[in-house]
Amino acid sequence: MIIPNKNIKMMQGNIACAEAALAAGCNFFAGYPITPSSEIAEVLSKKLPIIGGNFIQMEDEIAAMGAVIGASLGGAKSLTATSGPGFSLKQENIGFAIMAETPTVIVNVQRGGPSTGLPTLSAQADVMQSRWGTHGDHSIIVICPSSVEETYYMTIKAFNLSEKYRTPVILLTDEIIGHLTEKIEIPDSSKLEIINRIKPDMNQKEYLPYKITDSLVPPMANFGEGYRYHVTGLAHDETGFPTNDPEKTTEMLMRLYNKIEKHRDDIVEVEEYNTDDMDTLIIAYGSTSRSAKRAIVNATKEGYKVGLLSLKTIWPFAEKEIENMAKKVDRIIVPEMNLGQIAHEVEWATRRAKPIIKINHINGEPITPNEILAYIKQGK
Amino acid sequence: MDYLNYLRQDKMPHIWCDGCGHGIILKSILRVVDQLGWEKNNIALVSGIGCSGRTPGYVDFNTLHTTHGRAISFATGLKLANPKLHVIVVSGDGDATAIGGNHFIHAARRNLDINLIVFNNNIYGMTGGQCSPTTKTTKKATTTPYGNPDSAFDISKLAEAAGASYVARSTTYHVAKLDKYIKDSFLTKGFSVVEAYSSCPTSYGKMNKETGKTGLQMLMYQKDNTVPLQKAQKMTQAQLEGKFITGVFVEKDKPDYTENYAKVIQTAKQQ
Amino acid sequence: MKKNYNVIVNQKWCKSCEICVAICPKKVFDMDNFYAAANRPEDCIGCLLCEKLCPDFAIEVRLKTEKEK
Repeated sequence: MIIPNKNIKMMQGNIACAEAALAAGCNFFAGYPITPSSEIAEVLSKKLPIIGGNFIQMEDEIAAMGAVIGASLGGAKSLTATSGPGFSLKQENIGFAIMAETPTVIVNVQRGGPSTGLPTLSAQADVMQSRWGTHGDHSIIVICPSSVEETYYMTIKAFNLSEKYRTPVILLTDEIIGHLTEKIEIPDSSKLEIINRIKPDMNQKEYLPYKITDSLVPPMANFGEGYRYHVTGLAHDETGFPTNDPEKTTEMLMRLYNKIEKHRDDIVEVEEYNTDDMDTLIIAYGSTSRSAKRAIVNATKEGYKVGLLSLKTIWPFAEKEIENMAKKVDRIIVPEMNLGQIAHEVEWATRRAKPIIKINHINGEPITPNEILAYIKQGK
Repeated sequence: MDYLNYLRQDKMPHIWCDGCGHGIILKSILRVVDQLGWEKNNIALVSGIGCSGRTPGYVDFNTLHTTHGRAISFATGLKLANPKLHVIVVSGDGDATAIGGNHFIHAARRNLDINLIVFNNNIYGMTGGQCSPTTKTTKKATTTPYGNPDSAFDISKLAEAAGASYVARSTTYHVAKLDKYIKDSFLTKGFSVVEAYSSCPTSYGKMNKETGKTGLQMLMYQKDNTVPLQKAQKMTQAQLEGKFITGVFVEKDKPDYTENYAKVIQTAKQQ
Repeated sequence: MKKNYNVIVNQKWCKSCEICVAICPKKVFDMDNFYAAANRPEDCIGCLLCEKLCPDFAIEVRLKTEKEK
């Protein structure tokens, strides 16, 4: 069947990520080969030169992270892609991007860890690392798609949020989503909302690159545009120059934190499925949401009342949405491919008001619908 | 020459100790920028961490003080994103060749048009005088109290072997040469390295008095112990012990990364 | 030929390293209350060694204008 005016394709998750990056205006990629993310680099090595963009394979993961920050300061929309070990190596420079407020997108196609772990198998065990991987107190935006199509839209969302909030955004996919090939409808590019960083409109002398504005996000000048300012990873004041002043330091660090936390309603995205009449709530994200959805379809047929809250963004955490949803049910099931990293957050968000059942895999094996179904049936 | 035109005067005096050679190198950079007539808006000065890392804070360019050892990788992204910028990286011996050693050799291999100036004072000054990759064997540092068991890198030879387009070394005492080398390096297409022997009286001098204790004495030691490269080639290893070998190590006209990448773009668009 | 140069020391930036005092071929500088002072500017030959080797941007050697001579 041919559907007119629709661009429907079979596409792999990693490729959808690369295609979406281009649609979002990405014109710079720096990376280092690592399984299971390498397809993103490969696709962009082919496509970026065609549009006159830059693709560069760096000498290591750290250099790739440095290069995307440098490129962002030079005015590019930049992307890097990696997996567990590489994500660990990038952490210091991710902190720099937070501190210096340089927009960029980091894709982590999760694989089993710790260390070299299970390079070709999936995991969701970098949830906490994506939140707290870099040292120091900070806030961060982490997005977590659960299908190829979502990977496309969420990649664009990642770029938009990074530009809007002048901050690095992490797209946390997993090996299953990255290597899954499924149907995707590619939207007409004219229908996509693309957000670009706000540029200063004042003269150079008045420009404060880290000014405390109402939006908490100061305009960003690119290097070479006539605003000669200083960028540092040191604690700095509104001018960008280092300071040890306790008041100014607090002010700056709190602004960095609040520019994300106070806009959490604009950032946080969840999807509800079958939640109108339920006694059991499943909270899932990434590839595990898919198994959860299938388990709910089967459970509903058998008369069980189960709903799904699928987290599309992980950080900032959807505690408000979870707290509200938890009130409607007797119990919560949290399946995830780690030892309970999100379950722990759910316990905190619900103040353990409801029993929380954890389903955990750490061996690279996906959590199957039947396995979740078995837990649904237990005690009901 | 009006240095003040290039300085963020409200940030002065700078953080460097009395007698530290870093200010001499910075002045040399500014003189060359002035001679070349480069527009301040078109210059980016990028650094890592350490005493040299503080350099960008004092100058009125686009300035970027990155993480330890990573300045060259940030500079790579910056230069590619905006090729109009003159991208200058300043880095210390530890920053460039220990923690940043990988970026250093690969930048030379890649040959992107970036100008690196290494402030080599043979020690980690900012953290209190620990030994660095250019601290010579037997020399003392706060982490080599019995003398350094390690061997030292020759930064210029490292850059040469890794493929930089231009490599030269001068002491801070021989400031006319330093000016010339920095100028030639700025005019070279591709990756260039100028290694400037600086002096750290506070840490290195204090622990290794035989090569001078104060900044002035260390400068005079440079004056009395420098051997030009051509002359050094005729001397034995023993004769060269403790000497500063200076001169131009590499001066090549070869395709830089941007040229090669332009061909990639051309090929990609044709297919 | 004399008194061709103004030798200006910014004592606020001087860190007393004494490089200028030792390096000047005409001995223009002394240390004065811990800071460099250009006490004999009339001897300056304008070689700029002091200016170039002052690590602290504290010395400026300027050719005098006709009026100043």
